[in-house]
Amino acid sequence: MAAAARLFWRSSGVKSSFSGLSGALQSSLRVTPLELSPDCTTKPKTQIRHAAHFTYHPDPVPTQYGPTQKMNFFQAITSALDNTLASDPTAVIFGEDVAFGGVFRCTVGLRDKYGKDRVFNTPLCEQGIVGFGIGVAAAGATAIAEIQFADYIYPAFDQIVNEAAKFRYRSGNMFDCGKLIIRSPWGCVGHGALYHSQSPEAFFAHCPGIKIVVPRGPVQAKGLLLSCIADQNPCIFFEPKILYRAAVEQVPSEAYHVPLSQAEVLQEGSDLTMIAWGTQVHVMREVASMAQEKLGVSCEVIDLQTILPWDKDTVCKSVVKTGRLLISHEAPVTGGFAAEISSTVQEECFLSLEAPITRVCGYDTPFPHIFEPFCIPDKWKCFEAVKRMINF
Amino acid sequence: MAALFDQSFDPSADKPQFPGASAEFIDHLEFIQPNVISGIPIYRVMDRQGQIINPSEDPQLPKETVLNFYEKMTLLNTMDRILYESQRQGRISFYMTNYGEEGTHIGSAAALDPKDLVFGQYREAGVLMYRGFPLDLFMAQCYANADDLHKGRQMPVHYGSKDLNFVSISSPLATQLPQAAGAAYALKRENSNRIVICYFGEGAASEGDAHAGFNFSATLECPLIFFCRNNGYAISTPTHEQYRGDGIAARGPGYGLMSIRVDGNDVFAVYNATKEARRRAVAENQPFLIEAMTYRIGHHSTSDDSSAYRSVDEVSYWDKQDHPISRLRHYMTAKGWWGEDEERAWRKQSRKLVMESFEKAEKRLKPNPNLLFTDVYKEMTPNLNKQKEAMWRHLQQYKEHYPLDLYEK
Repeated sequence: MAAAARLFWRSSGVKSSFSGLSGALQSSLRVTPLELSPDCTTKPKTQIRHAAHFTYHPDPVPTQYGPTQKMNFFQAITSALDNTLASDPTAVIFGEDVAFGGVFRCTVGLRDKYGKDRVFNTPLCEQGIVGFGIGVAAAGATAIAEIQFADYIYPAFDQIVNEAAKFRYRSGNMFDCGKLIIRSPWGCVGHGALYHSQSPEAFFAHCPGIKIVVPRGPVQAKGLLLSCIADQNPCIFFEPKILYRAAVEQVPSEAYHVPLSQAEVLQEGSDLTMIAWGTQVHVMREVASMAQEKLGVSCEVIDLQTILPWDKDTVCKSVVKTGRLLISHEAPVTGGFAAEISSTVQEECFLSLEAPITRVCGYDTPFPHIFEPFCIPDKWKCFEAVKRMINF
Repeated sequence: MAALFDQSFDPSADKPQFPGASAEFIDHLEFIQPNVISGIPIYRVMDRQGQIINPSEDPQLPKETVLNFYEKMTLLNTMDRILYESQRQGRISFYMTNYGEEGTHIGSAAALDPKDLVFGQYREAGVLMYRGFPLDLFMAQCYANADDLHKGRQMPVHYGSKDLNFVSISSPLATQLPQAAGAAYALKRENSNRIVICYFGEGAASEGDAHAGFNFSATLECPLIFFCRNNGYAISTPTHEQYRGDGIAARGPGYGLMSIRVDGNDVFAVYNATKEARRRAVAENQPFLIEAMTYRIGHHSTSDDSSAYRSVDEVSYWDKQDHPISRLRHYMTAKGWWGEDEERAWRKQSRKLVMESFEKAEKRLKPNPNLLFTDVYKEMTPNLNKQKEAMWRHLQQYKEHYPLDLYEK
């Protein structure tokens, strides 16, 4: 299933990792990994890619968890995994190509540090990886499984939905796989087309028994991943791959936790509430500035962070205050998680709403290669939605 | 297996250097032909009259052990008959019997350590029976009453027991195979001298998860026994529509699995194979595959009438002439350990035991409806708590429309 992708990404991933190392952490935070590839610059006029669709906003330096280090997103993931393997002798990490460091470099150095029996490659089979992880967790050990791209998680859909999610419930709490975590690169990347771009969170949001988490940057990623690992329920942790190198900030070296099922209000506002997760949070922050600048509109920006079980209270409280809600995600609009938020807020905040809840999402098409700039819910589409909602 | 990976890269030698396989060149075109006419032989210890065929293979189990085998197989058979009938009368919603496969359960379970972890499919109740799962709890699960360890959430025969290291059964076929590999890997890291046994039917072996489980267990060197019950049918589908190779055992070597085929109606053959596989799985951290050939004498389930797709004569042959219970009884009779009197007394007693549990289970209330909401997550989420409260408000208002009096308060 992931064979073609492996070839494609292995070569490009290694290449960009080399340039990433030599250039240290890129000075421009907007570039995506493959833009670093020298191959892309041979014909500048025709080959230059569309500028990144977001501007990364680093989190404030966390002071409460001890010394920090400058890390990009993938390094923050490695750091969380490192902390876990150090403190939990049962913890193992496995998946396709994790032994040499992973196609996105998230597991670099861990095998040397912790041993072959704790960080190992599996055969190329996603249903096997998740089934295996469920078994490891059912036997009481911590299982950190990697699915190489979220696009390739579907072969494991049965193991996730019918097995992992229902293990505790169906056995009357005699058995569980609460120590299972599935990590997977997620979201658009500029040129990933149909099978290196997907955002499948809504498929899983319909499944009681699992938790789904999407962080927006390195600090949140490490804290949320460690919370997923500590959590006694099976978790799916989606990592926005466009941020792996692009997002850089100061991250605590030691372990710390960011709570699950808790949205974060990143910017307070009074006229309109904006909700997103992953990379889209950064798009929303930019839209909020544009709205303030161009329209004098005060936006409240919320990072949902946990898709399931989601934080209704924070969202509804905000909408009661602002009276307007804009939800945006990269995934297709029909059946997307924005529909769930929208419907719930409409039920809970009917008397406060002053305009229809608006969803700015991906179109109901597969994720295309060359049309990506037109298909993503970028800042201009979101800005236009804000304008309409304010003028409603 | 190790040899394959030990060979060093030697560009000067005139032999194949491909990393993917260890083999010699061959200078003529020849396809490898599958060996399905004369397949992997079926290991047998006693014949249909209960005579030991090769004394050196006789496990020479003591009388009490053999009597225990027999009692557990027949007790399972008695429970099957009563629960099957109770479903026909509409007293439980569903049931699946174990007719004809009792020997595979008891023979393998007896060869394990009680601490070994069991992953099953659904037709392995005898393993639990052997481990001492009380009749009351079998019944509680089928009735989904307040004593059910699974809190009434699963269909009948989806047993499980934490105390007896038997992982709760789930309906989706073969999902337990890669899970068993993962659990075995974790046990290996614990250095606990425990193994995992994973049961499945020949139909389930067609699932992608079976492929995953076999391959993962071999490459990750898991102490695990895959135990396939090849009973000839997956519901109505005969094996010639299930596969065209030499059954399931022949697939094992393709994955690098040590493999054997046994007579599943010969409890001693099953016992010997499992015992040796267990010994080596612990010592060598490698997986084993046992294919037990047997015949599904009963219907697939209470939702199936197997006369729609197979002949009564065929079923009758296995029931009357090659049954694991009668074979063991012949053995015991020949030894002078069992006679008509013992048989009559045990039949009566086992029936009484089953009926007592049955009546007790039927009278018991169902679990409190609150248990509909717990254990979805380890903790009760605010969302689920609200839904629970909403349900109770609704039940308060419309209580006459719901069977509340059958449930615990």
